[in-house]
Amino acid sequence: MYGFLLRRLFQAVIVVVGVVLIVFLLSQIIPGGECKAVLGPKATISNCVRFNRLNGFNAPVIVQFGHYLKGLIWPIWHPDLGYSYKFNEGVTQVIAQRLPKTLVLVGTATVLSLLIAVPLGILQVVRRNRPSDYSLTGLSFVLYAMPPFLLGTLLIIWFGFDLKWLPVSPPTTASAWAVFTDPSAFVLPVITLSAVTVASFSRYMRSSMMDALTEDYIRTARAKGASQRRVLYGHALRNALIPILTLIGLSLPAIVSGAVITETVFNYPGMGQLTVYAAGNNDVPLVLGTTLVATVATVVGSLVADVLYAVADPRIRFGTL
Amino acid sequence: MATPEPLGADRVFGVDAQTTPIPLGFEALSPEEALAEGGEAGGGGGLGIQILRVFVENKLAVVGLFVIVFMILFCFIGPLVYHTNQTNQQALLQSANSALNAPPGPGRPLGTDGTGFDILGRLMYGGQTSLIVGFASAAVAAIVGVIYGAVSGFFGGWLDSVFMRIVDVFLSIPVIFLLISLVTIFQHTSTTLLIIVIAFVSWLIPARLIRGETLSLRTREYVQAVRVAGGSRKRIVGRHIIPNAIGTIVVFATFQVADSILLLAALGYLGFGVPSPQTDWGTMLSNGANAAPNGWWWQIYPAGLCIVLVVVAFNFVGDALRDSLEVRLQRR
Repeated sequence: MYGFLLRRLFQAVIVVVGVVLIVFLLSQIIPGGECKAVLGPKATISNCVRFNRLNGFNAPVIVQFGHYLKGLIWPIWHPDLGYSYKFNEGVTQVIAQRLPKTLVLVGTATVLSLLIAVPLGILQVVRRNRPSDYSLTGLSFVLYAMPPFLLGTLLIIWFGFDLKWLPVSPPTTASAWAVFTDPSAFVLPVITLSAVTVASFSRYMRSSMMDALTEDYIRTARAKGASQRRVLYGHALRNALIPILTLIGLSLPAIVSGAVITETVFNYPGMGQLTVYAAGNNDVPLVLGTTLVATVATVVGSLVADVLYAVADPRIRFGTL
Repeated sequence: MATPEPLGADRVFGVDAQTTPIPLGFEALSPEEALAEGGEAGGGGGLGIQILRVFVENKLAVVGLFVIVFMILFCFIGPLVYHTNQTNQQALLQSANSALNAPPGPGRPLGTDGTGFDILGRLMYGGQTSLIVGFASAAVAAIVGVIYGAVSGFFGGWLDSVFMRIVDVFLSIPVIFLLISLVTIFQHTSTTLLIIVIAFVSWLIPARLIRGETLSLRTREYVQAVRVAGGSRKRIVGRHIIPNAIGTIVVFATFQVADSILLLAALGYLGFGVPSPQTDWGTMLSNGANAAPNGWWWQIYPAGLCIVLVVVAFNFVGDALRDSLEVRLQRR
């Protein structure tokens, strides 16, 4: 198992290093340089020269990269991601205020998706090729085709404005835990973000369970005289759940992307909304900073999912794979 | 039980059914055969006929194809029939018939938007951008991805490792963040920039797919035969490997058009679509959503419906293409 985990950790480290490199390169290819992005397209040459000298942008690229790396990893508990010109504050500080809220949103949506999708998938297998299976497949197809920005907008119109059941935007307080003090405001964003995930997870769960049911050990279990219930939950489900763990890790980038849109639709003060705001104001360092943080968070999340996978799958746990 | 290896190349494609042309594992066929529309003599009609038959059997795909053709006609031929001013706001405001946020009524079947543009005409005008960006970026992504994947898979070794690690890194960046970063850096959005940016985040999946296919193709006898006959490596990749992966490429490209249209709509919704007075469906939806409390439904539902219809249609067609191209396997 440790071999697997080490390989996986090594892979994650490579990806993180690659992302850091890409983010740095992106900051280098701004047409006209960072100066034009910050001072405006009409900035004079002398102003730009001065700006570049003050910020060290006239140094060779490799030296700048060295500075960038050093800022990122030393000290590690306070990485320097650059300076947000819009907020007039370090990018790290701006992101630190927003990150917990996005983590709460993404975490809640992921857990909720699993809690809904796994039973749905099982239900579809138990009642396969019956009307309830077909209608659930149809429903998940509709949810799958529904882009989050459209679903969010429709939910706001229907449940917020027409029925007036739920508030349309979450509380704007600073603490991430505020969402739990006013859970009703949290309902619509979570539904919006979960919908696509529920659809894809339940479809995957259905086929994973179907696959498991064709295995030899299921036939053996039936031959022993195990009841249908025992075959389904004792044998098929336990094996079908293992690939779902990997699926979570692989789905995380898509869920985080969905969070950006959900946050914008509902004006939820998380990192996604921050990124959109920063992009709208040409705050390049902040956009690149959130991109880096979101990616690293995603990579770490996937890594955790894979560690769980290794723990859950005895073939990896006992080192036959 | 098929236990997936985490982050194994093949696994990734099992997850996202939308961008997921399942590797078809085609047997070797010449490009003429793979693309054939008419058929050669064979058991139960020509290959092309068989492919067509399986496709037509799929009712959803026929409906999807119909929707796509209808939308293309609607967006590109529609404005020739239904004349509206979609570019000159000044002239619009001076005309007697103009009104902001007018509900549907005589002379304006779907009402007007917040700047006075006719919504039905705007759907056509915005649809042009959405469809052009969808098709063009899918094409660019397919071409770049195919070449990249074929080179990586064929040459193998350290080059393959480096190429695939690059793909891994880009794929681990959540796609919206990458899109927003690129749009921010280049600042002035235009149709061309959006095509390039969306293609830039979309070539990764075909690169992986084609690499996988190349790995299996390059060990085939006919590739070895070309090698023995003294064919250059460029020729092997260009004339033998890529044409044999054409089925996978076509299926990918079909799904990718839907994904590109969705990505453009998402960008438009976030405010990074084409600049005014140009528009696209996502931007229209975003403008409508800002007015959601007013209950101006005609600014929201038509654009939303267009996006969903086209995306679902392309997915139906992609599913059917995947099934019908497997005819070649069924024939054996």
